[in-house]
Amino acid sequence: MDAYLRPRTLDHALALLAATPGCQLLAGGTDVFPARTGAEVWLHRDARPLLDLSGIASLHGINETPAGWRIGALANWAQLCATPLPPAFDGLKQAARQVGGAQVQNRGTIIGNLCNASPAADGAPPLLTLDAQMELTGPAGPRVLPLAAFLQGNRRTALAPGEIASALLIPAPPPGARAGFLKLGARSHLVISIAMVAGVVTLEGGMVRHVRLAVGACSATAQRLPLAEAALLNAPPDPARLRPEHLAALAPIDDVRASAAYRRHAALVLLQRLVERLA
Amino acid sequence: MTSLLLNGAATQVAAAPETRLSAALRDECGLTGTKVGCDAGDCGACTVLLDGAQVCACLVPLAQAEGRAVTTVEGLAATPQGAALQAAFHSHGAAQCGICTPGMLMAATELLAATPNPDEAQVQAALGGVLCRCTGYRAIIKAVLTLSTAAPPPPGAVGDSIPRLDGLPKLDGSERFGADDAPADALWLRPIRSPHAHARFSIGDASHLPARLLTAADIPGRNGFGIYPDIKDQAVFAEGLARYRGDCVAALVGERAAVEAVRWEDLPITWQELPPLTAATAPGAAPLHPRWPDNILTTGRLRSGETAPPAAHTAQGQWTTGFVEHAYIEPEAGWAERHGDTIHVHGCTQAPYMDRDEVAAVLGIPLDNVRIIPSACGGGFGGKLDVSFQPMVAVAAWLTGRPVRAVWSRGESLASSTKRHPASIHATAACDAAGRLTSFEFTADYDTGAYASWGPTVAGRVPVHCMGPYRVPYVRSQARAVLTNNPPSGAFRGFGVPQAAIAQEMLWDQLADATGLDRLEFRVLNALREGDTTNTGQHLRHSVGLVECLEALRPHWHTLRAQRRTTGRLRGGVGVACMWYGIGNTGMPNPSTMRLTLAPDGRLTFHNGAVDIGQGSTTVLAQIAAEALGLPVSALHMVLYDTALTADAGKTSASRQTFVSGRAAQAAGAALRGEILRRANAGPDARLTLSDGTLRVNNEPLRLDTTLEGTGSYDPPTVPLDADGQGIPYATYGFAAQLAALEVDLDLGTIHLQKIVAAHDVGRAINPLLVRGQVEGGIAQGIGLALMEEYLPGRTENLHDYLIPTIGDVPDIETILIEAREPLGPFGAKGIGEPALVPTAPAILSAIRDATGATLRRVPALPHRVLEAIRGH
Repeated sequence: MDAYLRPRTLDHALALLAATPGCQLLAGGTDVFPARTGAEVWLHRDARPLLDLSGIASLHGINETPAGWRIGALANWAQLCATPLPPAFDGLKQAARQVGGAQVQNRGTIIGNLCNASPAADGAPPLLTLDAQMELTGPAGPRVLPLAAFLQGNRRTALAPGEIASALLIPAPPPGARAGFLKLGARSHLVISIAMVAGVVTLEGGMVRHVRLAVGACSATAQRLPLAEAALLNAPPDPARLRPEHLAALAPIDDVRASAAYRRHAALVLLQRLVERLA
Repeated sequence: MTSLLLNGAATQVAAAPETRLSAALRDECGLTGTKVGCDAGDCGACTVLLDGAQVCACLVPLAQAEGRAVTTVEGLAATPQGAALQAAFHSHGAAQCGICTPGMLMAATELLAATPNPDEAQVQAALGGVLCRCTGYRAIIKAVLTLSTAAPPPPGAVGDSIPRLDGLPKLDGSERFGADDAPADALWLRPIRSPHAHARFSIGDASHLPARLLTAADIPGRNGFGIYPDIKDQAVFAEGLARYRGDCVAALVGERAAVEAVRWEDLPITWQELPPLTAATAPGAAPLHPRWPDNILTTGRLRSGETAPPAAHTAQGQWTTGFVEHAYIEPEAGWAERHGDTIHVHGCTQAPYMDRDEVAAVLGIPLDNVRIIPSACGGGFGGKLDVSFQPMVAVAAWLTGRPVRAVWSRGESLASSTKRHPASIHATAACDAAGRLTSFEFTADYDTGAYASWGPTVAGRVPVHCMGPYRVPYVRSQARAVLTNNPPSGAFRGFGVPQAAIAQEMLWDQLADATGLDRLEFRVLNALREGDTTNTGQHLRHSVGLVECLEALRPHWHTLRAQRRTTGRLRGGVGVACMWYGIGNTGMPNPSTMRLTLAPDGRLTFHNGAVDIGQGSTTVLAQIAAEALGLPVSALHMVLYDTALTADAGKTSASRQTFVSGRAAQAAGAALRGEILRRANAGPDARLTLSDGTLRVNNEPLRLDTTLEGTGSYDPPTVPLDADGQGIPYATYGFAAQLAALEVDLDLGTIHLQKIVAAHDVGRAINPLLVRGQVEGGIAQGIGLALMEEYLPGRTENLHDYLIPTIGDVPDIETILIEAREPLGPFGAKGIGEPALVPTAPAILSAIRDATGATLRRVPALPHRVLEAIRGH
């Protein structure tokens, strides 16, 4: 068995995946290679064959569809930033500019960021606020899952054996929606979040008519905050309406970057600032 | 076979398709200008352009470069913009050690292709993925923004800001660092390290492995090394007991593929974990080493003054600091080769002669049979003073008869290398009603880790420095170095003084407030001046420029204070802190010898063994030697660092090379000049010229029948400290004061640095451009110490969990050079390497207190700790 496979079509990739159990999917390499480096420090070698998706033309691109937008599995952060998109994507673009450094943005894919399923995945909160869905393609064809269902936990997703995450499907955002993203870390570049928040808000006549808020790095997966959204809906965009109890679903941890209590507090402050900014 | 367009040329690369592009470029194409700092996309040293876009070559499988254009630093000079960028880096001092420089240049090239006239924010965004540990980034930003050289460089007299004499190879990829030049047929060595902080282990039969497993039993000589001649407590390969996570227990040696095929579970090693000792539990616990029954490596003390004068105000507090990693972007690397009964060891180091002594003892061979040939050193900061790969590759090459190389991975480097000592400090200070200091009492435990390393030096330096550069009539200080199951704490820019300065300066702020004095004026009032006597009983006759430093800062202080925001959720603060720093070893000899030769063919050669690890000593020492000789620096040919070709110039540490080796270089220049003048029968003011191989004295050609030589040595005059810390520990001191202006987000505890103003008394700036580079780089490391750096064994063993400042974390820095001439120094000069870092962290903490009223008790001041302090205030 080859250690490295680079098919040119999705069908071929699926066939190779079926024939090569335990192989690891590779796109931009910005998570796969660092993980291997980390393991090798202690002679723990990841010998899984690599199935490189980068040669599959159909997985490239960010395209408008009748239903909204389709982000291909190979679209990277820099390409996202360079694509003209409605203002509702501004939060996702702001996140894109804060993923690693420019080198990672030029290589790392948006879908790979989700498949890696870090609790601090920068793409997850803004995509949750865009009601993104994952298209997972297997031997029997594609299936579609809400992103919240795809992200199952720390480093766990709903991707089944034999499946490839082929696209993100984003419904057309409400007209006039505005969006933002705030990331908090201990340095200015190349930083893993202590906490981050994303929001998409539509105002009509000074009232919030559509709102999606999500928080990352404060629980095993990024989460939407329905209670916080409900507190803002059909009311003026007043940050003071957001209360600590609206964040009760978060389950932050103590780690080297911050304490759990701080994360919970910071998430609320960031959400309030985001609402203030989007008002 | 992968086809790519490499620096414009169609190229076929035979490596496996999944090979990282960085490895393919280096190992298959021979383009070692692309550096590997982490293999994880965290440092950006391997940045190349892929179809014009910057990428980390370590994250790109070779197959994905198929049919695409790859541009590396070696291809840069071919374009006008690339050449201009290289020239700008050179002229602005944007490359120090040079290891990050290729990555910086490539990132800047991507930017400039799209944005020929970028602003600073664009430069930061484009270069934000490349880490630099030397420069503090400001010179890099300036180089990219101006993209032009400054005025033509001056000739290189003392006081001239000339670009580094060794600078050009750092810009075109031709510089050879420790991992760049091993013979193609070298065997590979891979250390096996303990994953446990404390464990007994036994090694069984290893004959099934595809590579040889070297263990303690294979060491021909002494299985131990260490900084002090009488403390060789760290084994090359531990014998049955691992004392920290990262302790080396064995090493695989063989063909590269065979070594790399071995997995952890293949190793015949069984481990029995033991409870690890920490600084809190170690004193009095079962000894880690029989030699130190209470786990106290050493205790340094100072007693000064019999009784304290009456005090009006007292302040006290406790502070703790964590492990700090050097994070040089070049991990340890080198190789060894046996030549008959001698061994040659190549690689990165700060201390070739100490390496020689260790290798000789480990092999059990005479000193003369060891030759150390230092490569370029991609940053050190104290972390490459202790040996790492040297004894291992030497033993392996000695036993196998083959060249043997080793390259630490970033994770190995982090786990195994020395760290800055974590300190736990309690201090009390008092002053009278007028604000004059009356007493200072200081006790601290420094976690010195599993082995002695530089622990005694830290315990020695701290009690002498911990009251700072101030007049204090009564001082009691004590610092203990405690052995634990943590990584060995060693030398890191400041030897424990930066930690102590935090306590000292925070107490001064409290006393100034209690007295109602301005914090800067409180320091002026108490500052040491020429003619004062220090707490070790040393009379300071010359070169005490602290008051001048503070006076130079005063207008900035008032301006920054007036500008700061005092309402709202972003709250401004301005902090001030001072430092002093003894140049050279503490009360111990540390001689340097330099040599100049002039051959009959007119070839003038400077034999300089002082290793330039990026700080610029090769340039500065040449300026000194040339000035003393009376010929231009451009006339010098360089022979550098090799122990077979240069005399012992000591180690590159303790901020000593400009001062100590500089005096030796000055003496060497003067000695050769004396020889020349004697032969020409010319007076002391004679004018020398050297052109076309002919030396002229007052325009008269001087024919030589033999090589003339001038040798100079210098050992700074000191008197060892007695049991009360009395003596003359250093011949001279650097002094400095820094201001930090910042804003604190009161709701999040985040810190935004706005400006640092640094005034440093350097005696004489031999090369102001390089001195400023040292100041800016030291400040960046001080920012890291203050705000983000904390090494946790087993947890932050990579450069995305262990955070060092990025290009966006270092604010505008204004450097003011004060030149209070030191008569002992070369042309009046003192050292600058460590002084630059010491005052930064206390100045930042002082500014946080100014902004919020909160005193931080623990660094790094991560946002959650700052917020906790604000809310507890």
